[in-house]
Amino acid sequence: MAVIDPIVQGILLGGLYALFATGLSMIFGVMRLVNLAHGDLSILAAFLALVTVRVTGLNPLLSLALVVPAMFCLGFLLQRGVLNFTLGRGVLPPVLATFGFSIIIQNLLLEAFSADSQRLNPGGIETASIALGDRLAIGWFPLITFVVAVLVLVGLQIFVSRTSLGRAFRATSDDQDAAELMGINNRSLYGLAMAISLGIVAVAGVFLGIRTTFVPSSGPDRLLFAFEAVIIGGLGSLWGTLAGGVILGVAQTIGAKLSPGWGVLTGHLVFLAVLLWRPTGLFAGAMKRSR
Amino acid sequence: MAADRTVRRGDEAVPVTPPAFAVARSTLASRIGAVVGAVLLVALATLPLWGNASLMRMLIEFISLLVLAQMWNLLAGYAGLVSIGQQAYVGLGGYALIVLADDVGLNPFVSVFLAGLVAAAFSIPTAALVFRFRGGYFAVGTWAVAEVYRLLIANSPRLGSGSGRTLAAVFPLARETREVLTYWLALVIAVGAILHGYLHLRSRFGLGLTAIRDSEPASESLGINVFRTKLWVYVIASFGGGMTGALIYLNLLRISPDAAFTVNWTAFMIFIAVIGGIGTIEGPIVGTVVFFLLREFLADYGSWYLILLGLIAVVVVIRYPQGLWGLIADRWDVRFFPVQRRVRLGSRPVG
Repeated sequence: MAVIDPIVQGILLGGLYALFATGLSMIFGVMRLVNLAHGDLSILAAFLALVTVRVTGLNPLLSLALVVPAMFCLGFLLQRGVLNFTLGRGVLPPVLATFGFSIIIQNLLLEAFSADSQRLNPGGIETASIALGDRLAIGWFPLITFVVAVLVLVGLQIFVSRTSLGRAFRATSDDQDAAELMGINNRSLYGLAMAISLGIVAVAGVFLGIRTTFVPSSGPDRLLFAFEAVIIGGLGSLWGTLAGGVILGVAQTIGAKLSPGWGVLTGHLVFLAVLLWRPTGLFAGAMKRSR
Repeated sequence: MAADRTVRRGDEAVPVTPPAFAVARSTLASRIGAVVGAVLLVALATLPLWGNASLMRMLIEFISLLVLAQMWNLLAGYAGLVSIGQQAYVGLGGYALIVLADDVGLNPFVSVFLAGLVAAAFSIPTAALVFRFRGGYFAVGTWAVAEVYRLLIANSPRLGSGSGRTLAAVFPLARETREVLTYWLALVIAVGAILHGYLHLRSRFGLGLTAIRDSEPASESLGINVFRTKLWVYVIASFGGGMTGALIYLNLLRISPDAAFTVNWTAFMIFIAVIGGIGTIEGPIVGTVVFFLLREFLADYGSWYLILLGLIAVVVVIRYPQGLWGLIADRWDVRFFPVQRRVRLGSRPVG
């Protein structure tokens, strides 16, 4: 049971990582943009939830009803107002602009909320668990997170493959110029893609804030975990991203079990090993869309 | 070329006038700049005689940031390698200094150069991993590897784990001696970095690198080995980063993994290079001045200087991609470090 426990916890943690990774991966697929502020935006969402809870007294899970639309709008404005102007001009502008936003968001949060660690309290559910046998228990909240992650992935899959808007996403992803010729307005499509990405990452940020404590500088780690989940799973594969997140989560919990300081490090090392052994990821080619 | 060169046209030889042009590699500004630079260098070298310790400390910091920005400029501005992981080499250089000076027992000032070599040695296996990524993913990949180095050191009790270590090797030296030697070392590194960048970019290698900056496929088709050139730039930038990291911690004396491997180092490099102007040698110098001015003016307002720098950098990236120096150079056509070859028509050819 000592082995099974960290694996089960790791799988559930992987669901949260997949939630972080989905938006990052989708943005790259649609517009070839790597959003370096992705993690910081998720932490911004967690702080937004914190403020909402303080002001309205709502449960943090209910605060999602405000935070997700807010982040959705922010994503649209960010893309239309700034990031669209960085596209199509080489590698440097989008990386520098999003990295600039990463530093700006981190330091604005630091000035507004200080470096104290914060936590969202949903009133008991975060500690409730289901006992499975004597030594194994599954927390309700990690289970809910995992289910939500799967639902988001299923929803996104249906959206991309079944709706006409999803078809436009795929078309732009395949060939931006051809899509434009077919009457798709790439610029507004990008705005919508960033809005969806930030809507999803807002959920991830709030769930993170319930699960563990967070500080203004928690963002970069979230970006790295999301990135690693995407690369382990293979670019452009939604279910690969979930598998990547699960592998990363299991590696981290097993590593932390071996030695407390080694959790995150083991995750990074597994990522590097996959990169060395299989640079295209473990489940690449499932959709063959990116690159 | 002789003026009496002829070509045969039918039966008679027709004299040809030689093309009236010259390739100019220096500018008026660069010749004036060389004189001003020499005077400035003498003034800076004799600073310990007429300046004070706080001025020296400030200049060491100025030089550290300038060299770091210059290295990032070489990476991103020329080789198209947009790294967000250069803090790895600052940290590795700093820790290499402590190990070489305290544990191995080498001279701490010599160790600063050796620390650069250690960082360069680490950069090769790192490149083997991160060169698998392109563009934006290269940026995140380098960042992830920098985190691996930080965590490995934070988990090494011999290197002081998370709380870090103190450089003990310089304790026997009198404080003034240490400060003056560190300052001179910084000056040597600054001159070396700028001259190296300048001469390197004027060389055949620099020509190839500039071609890669302008178009990778075109330069590849002209016979430039793009991969080898990029790798070489990455190793050089890591050497420079490592040496500067060692210099920083020779000055600070106290190192910890979180401070040595913070992504803020790369943020400073990027903001300085971008605001000053990417792809020029003058740009980072201008950028470092702007950085220092902003930080001094906003010294009482916490991290607002960083927020403002970030905002300026985003605006510059989108509206003025050539940076401050690019605006100045285009407006008045001044270049203190001309790396380009200019054709001057109407003058005698030069050899």
